[in-house]
Amino acid sequence: MDFKFDIEGGNFSKAGTASSDVKKVLKKLNVDPKLIKRIVVSIYEAEVNVVAHAYEGEMNVSIFPEKIVVRIVDKGPGIPDIDLAMQKGYSTASPAVREMGFGAGMGLPNIKKNTNELNIKSEVGVGTEVELINYLN
Amino acid sequence: MEKLPFYHALKVVENVCIGCTHCMNVCPTKAIRVKYGKADIKKNACVDCGECLKACPVNAIIVEQDDFNKIFSFKQRVALLPTVLLGQFPDDITEDQIYAVIRDMGFTHVFEVDEAVDIQIEGTKTYMRKHSQMRPFISSFCPAVVRLIQVRFPSLVEHIVHLKPVVDISSQFYRKRLQDEGYKKDEIGIFYVTPCAAKIAAVKSPVGEDEILIDGVINMDFIYNKVMLSIKQGNKDKQAVSDYGHLSKTSIEWTLTNGEASQYPGRCLAIDEIHNVIAFLDKVENEEISDVDFLELRACDRSCAGGVLSTENRFLAVERLSKRAKKEIKKQAEAEEMLTTYRPYLLENIALSEIEPRSILSLDSDMMVAMEKMKKIQRIMRVLPGIDCGACGAPKCKVLAEDVVQGNAKMNQCVFLQKMLTKEELISPQESFDISERTWGKGRFEKKGPQ
Repeated sequence: MDFKFDIEGGNFSKAGTASSDVKKVLKKLNVDPKLIKRIVVSIYEAEVNVVAHAYEGEMNVSIFPEKIVVRIVDKGPGIPDIDLAMQKGYSTASPAVREMGFGAGMGLPNIKKNTNELNIKSEVGVGTEVELINYLN
Repeated sequence: MEKLPFYHALKVVENVCIGCTHCMNVCPTKAIRVKYGKADIKKNACVDCGECLKACPVNAIIVEQDDFNKIFSFKQRVALLPTVLLGQFPDDITEDQIYAVIRDMGFTHVFEVDEAVDIQIEGTKTYMRKHSQMRPFISSFCPAVVRLIQVRFPSLVEHIVHLKPVVDISSQFYRKRLQDEGYKKDEIGIFYVTPCAAKIAAVKSPVGEDEILIDGVINMDFIYNKVMLSIKQGNKDKQAVSDYGHLSKTSIEWTLTNGEASQYPGRCLAIDEIHNVIAFLDKVENEEISDVDFLELRACDRSCAGGVLSTENRFLAVERLSKRAKKEIKKQAEAEEMLTTYRPYLLENIALSEIEPRSILSLDSDMMVAMEKMKKIQRIMRVLPGIDCGACGAPKCKVLAEDVVQGNAKMNQCVFLQKMLTKEELISPQESFDISERTWGKGRFEKKGPQ
């Protein structure tokens, strides 16, 4: 079963709405509350990344009997060095973004912590695709 | 596992209800439908917040209370008063007069529950130190909020401070005290005067407690009327003091907004009114808000001063209570000593057992079945008008779609679909009329009033 939610780049006032919508779906599907929490926390981070860095993006959720796959695809600057971006505290966020309470450099490390499998593909100047896979049971 | 439905204090009086949808539309957990022209509250979804009662234009929703005469089946009759009670009366009526009337009604003891607030604070501080990984802590104070979390935010249940609310601590204190004075358990009757429906529900089917600590509940507006009547009828000179005298500032402000949040270290927030609470919990659940230590969440605007059974305007009640809190009256030393004596006993018995998540959101316990149902809902949503008119007897198109999928409603309850089906000659105008009559009752289609 597939769901698609749009993410608007630069609109921090709406950051989190896609994640909240996904949360509502997972609650309806009787997914274990603890797993829902882990998924939502990680996709929220990923959603904020899109808002903070990209021009636009979308969140695609596919639910299978054994796993939940969330793919967040954006059109944006891309990540030049993924290994560096995975380090705690590393951030390229502008001071303006940091002032809003975002951009502490915990995004990707936090996602990794809350996800069974994390795949990142990125092309500089084109965009980034983050795939989070969580297995049920 | 089959879950027992909650006890609910909110009841629809069928012959008064006009089936007008006001309550259905304000219910924060979508627990109300209109069937046969009457409001119908779904027991598993209702959290007893009382929004429906506030919205009802004909007072058809009431808070069920115990028969007052029940107090006389006990030798020792204790009235546990909420602090907001004193905020209901005009300034020229004194605390002593109010206590005197309550004693005249037949109570042998009068005790304000928030006297025991100190014990709650100490217990909570210890709890927070012990379970520091459970931040943010959510207060167990408001029973409507506890139930809301159980049904709508099951993943946050473990953040609730698993300690008895102050009313239960006070009840335990008084029972133990009277037992130590030599009274038998069944000679002691403890009655709580409640400012809201949720507290009644919590007393009748406590969450996380094994025994019922309170013998009966009396609605605050009932006591208000008795006191006003007695005073208006000239019993002005009567004076009596409560068993413990004047409350501390912390105690008086406890049930008002920020009463709890102001008492704990760290970053503490106070949020009142149920929609505000829901919006906030949504963010807490996503961890959009982290780095908070303690959350005081209350279902009513201005906390208990805005309880559904309060009679006075909540802003005036808050003003009066704040004034009262500023008065510095020295407590009787013996009264203070009494609570100190029982402190270790009360702290020992302050824990709550498990608070169970009981989600009302899932479409089915089997995820595959739930997915099928969700697909059906999506299909139904494509033909529903999406204007949430409520004419089907459900508060939103989406809710009707869910009810249909769960077998609790028919799609043709939608008046838009009825028109379509009639136009296509799939149902007759008579059939369409019959469907509407089933939702709205026969009376809805009759001319109202004489001539």
